[in-house]
Amino acid sequence: MKNKLYDMPIYMDYSATTPVDPRVAEKMIPFITEDFGNPASRSHPYGWTAEKAVENARKEIALLVNADPREIVWTSGATESNNLAIKGASNFYSKKGKHIITLATEHKAVIDAVRECERLGYEASYMEPEPNGLLDIEKFKSTIRSDTVLVSVMLVNNEIGVIQDIETIGNICRENNIIFHVDAAQATGKVKIDLEKLPVDLMSFSAHKTYGPKGVGALYVRRKPRIRIEPQMHGGGHERGMRSGTLATHQIVGMGEAFRIAREEMEEENKRIKNLQLKLLKGLTEIEETYVNGDLDKRVPHNLNISFNYVEGESLIMAIKGIAVSSGSACTSASLEPSYVLRALGRSDELAHSSIRFSIGRFTTDSDVEYTIALLKEKIDKLRELSPLWEMFKEGVDLEKVEWAEH
Amino acid sequence: MAYSDKVLDHYENPRNVGSFNKDDSNVGTGMVGAPACGDVMKLQIKMGDNGIIEDAKFKTYGCGSAIASSSLVTEWLKGKSLDQASEIKNSAIAEELALPPVKIHCSVLAEDAIKAAVEDLKSKQK
Repeated sequence: MKNKLYDMPIYMDYSATTPVDPRVAEKMIPFITEDFGNPASRSHPYGWTAEKAVENARKEIALLVNADPREIVWTSGATESNNLAIKGASNFYSKKGKHIITLATEHKAVIDAVRECERLGYEASYMEPEPNGLLDIEKFKSTIRSDTVLVSVMLVNNEIGVIQDIETIGNICRENNIIFHVDAAQATGKVKIDLEKLPVDLMSFSAHKTYGPKGVGALYVRRKPRIRIEPQMHGGGHERGMRSGTLATHQIVGMGEAFRIAREEMEEENKRIKNLQLKLLKGLTEIEETYVNGDLDKRVPHNLNISFNYVEGESLIMAIKGIAVSSGSACTSASLEPSYVLRALGRSDELAHSSIRFSIGRFTTDSDVEYTIALLKEKIDKLRELSPLWEMFKEGVDLEKVEWAEH
Repeated sequence: MAYSDKVLDHYENPRNVGSFNKDDSNVGTGMVGAPACGDVMKLQIKMGDNGIIEDAKFKTYGCGSAIASSSLVTEWLKGKSLDQASEIKNSAIAEELALPPVKIHCSVLAEDAIKAAVEDLKSKQK
């Protein structure tokens, strides 16, 4: 998808956000202008119309993940859902214990919510995944303590796209009477989710990763067996007291429509995207010294994360301005550390710095992928021609054994 | 990050990329930096019979500013004596390329690379 009007780069960053599907935008508009009522207004048709739209959207969220609509709580997005789930559940069940388990590769909205719990007196284990990004089940079992109250593991990783074995992890949590939260922000419309079967207590959703609008999300809160959470936002007692605040009707309508489209089109769409991923993978791994980050099989088709050895991350990003991607390099983010996710997989700083996350989606075309492959081939060649490390590698020098003047 | 036009020019069209035979007696090689830090510069100078640097080449693994800093100094080095080369200061490089404060270390690295190359050449001449 190239925006010719502004000569924008080709969008290959669907894991950061997705464009709103035009069908979604169309559904939203009337709820900004004519049907502007407050869904909490019970005394007139403005309110009734809005409430009906909100409840219809709630049903759509529930349908996509095979849940009961009464198990869906609206939030402002997955960050809020994660905070509400982690702080809300650990506080409510704190009598059971004060130990939380999560993964070192979780999204910051989970990691930082757990850190906040630590500040409030909880203990936390941030488990390192295996080099392929997946959680080792035996190691997980041995991390559980009698006072473990909550486990939080994401379904699909945002940087490397790997899919964790939520069913197995959830069953272990059940056996140990532990609340299980899953961040599914990157999963909806990409993997099938069946909450009738999955032993999950709390699940976070986002609209804007699935062709809906930004600023809206939801938290699934299981009813059978009933899971209780302490609200983090106090006020008018909306959403059964779990999340106060006037509902953003138009946003919610958008999320509902986006999830309806995901439910109906996901199977066909994923086949198409899988073909694009395979094409991209084949093209890019023709380049020497490339490393795919994260398991290739247990992975959504939308993601490809690759490190290009012997080129430096920032100059690589400069070189590929024709495409919009994310990088594991510190230079593209606010922090100075390279990607903590890739570091947790055991990747060296150099490989973490030279990683690119390609994430594709509904509007990615064959020619987008072809352009990307050609661009990367040309630019990696050019940068390696400039790289003394590449020259040494080609001469057979073992770079690990060189004594570098660290500065 | 916004780069100056000069950085972009050197990055897009780097001058004097390549290598000399580092074993030649009239070639001095300086290699500075470390992969883990994100910059490695290799700078080489070739001295003519008159004691003047007649050619210079570089290869750099690093950000755009590091590439531009090393590309720029290969241009400056040509025609200088070893002593004149040693006088090139990082501040002059940073000023010429309008490097932002977070990229000053790239110019420091380029200065270090010159010194290392000159030293290598002098030790060969002894």
